[in-house]
Amino acid sequence: MRISFQRAYPWLRVGSRGPDLVCQQVVELVTDYLEGALSPADRWRFEAHLEGCPHCTEYLAQMRETIRLAGRLTPEDLTPAMRSDLTDLYRQWRAEG
Amino acid sequence: MNRTGCGETVTGNPRPAYQESDTLPAMEPDEELLRRLRAGDERAFVTLVERHNGAMLRLALSFVPSRAVAEEVVQDTWLAALRGLTAFEGRSSLKTWLFSILVNRARTTGVREARSVPVADAGPVVDASRFGPDGAWAEPPELWIEEAENRIDAVKLADLLRVLLDTLPARQREVVLLRDVEELSSADVCDVLAISEANQRVLLHRGRAKLRQALELELGGAPR
Repeated sequence: MRISFQRAYPWLRVGSRGPDLVCQQVVELVTDYLEGALSPADRWRFEAHLEGCPHCTEYLAQMRETIRLAGRLTPEDLTPAMRSDLTDLYRQWRAEG
Repeated sequence: MNRTGCGETVTGNPRPAYQESDTLPAMEPDEELLRRLRAGDERAFVTLVERHNGAMLRLALSFVPSRAVAEEVVQDTWLAALRGLTAFEGRSSLKTWLFSILVNRARTTGVREARSVPVADAGPVVDASRFGPDGAWAEPPELWIEEAENRIDAVKLADLLRVLLDTLPARQREVVLLRDVEELSSADVCDVLAISEANQRVLLHRGRAKLRQALELELGGAPR
């Protein structure tokens, strides 16, 4: 589902005059951009802004890095106690028939 | 009873301490383990537990206030999964199915989520004071990616991220956890949490932005 950023972020008071996005709008569109949820026109405006803006390019890269770091978090290993509890649970379930 | 030979002493392979999921050695797929489990193979159950229990516990901890309660929720989930084994049709992955059961159970126990007041968390994700009157950066992002990459294998960075994740508002934390940590698709996240795509995207946006902000604060400081 695509929604325009004007509907999603009405408080940004997007100028209806020109097609250019400002940095403050771009940072609010980053997730919609990464999720492929922008309309083709908004996507174009987003990318046009990035081309001329190293700070927003850095912001987007940092958002990607944040996602990457989150994806590297490993869950804890199974403790022997939980393993034995769950093995018991399985055997009880088998015994239920 | 259809006990297989490996019933009594389970000496399963410990899960490798992997960093990236794509470096995992080839594993027996969940579907095959489910087939063996349906045929009464206890060892298959233990392998599934080794594979999924950690992520389930982490998710449960996001909903309930204590580790003891979280462990209970996880055990309840496994029991419900065993009882519903014949109903599982494999339309979602096993992991997504287990997460759905878990979230339902956790929410009925969900002291932590009930406690957190749903605030009208609107407004900008980057403080407005960092932009000039023209909407351009006045105080641009501090550089920190290189610092993060240098520290990427340090336990401390992972611990920091866990703490940051834990400080997110409950609903944002749940979405970030499922989407970015567990790497579920957005459709699966919506199913598991019973929220709309648009809602999911807003929560993801706010949660990720807060994590980024906190990482900048923690790791940033390279001269602009």
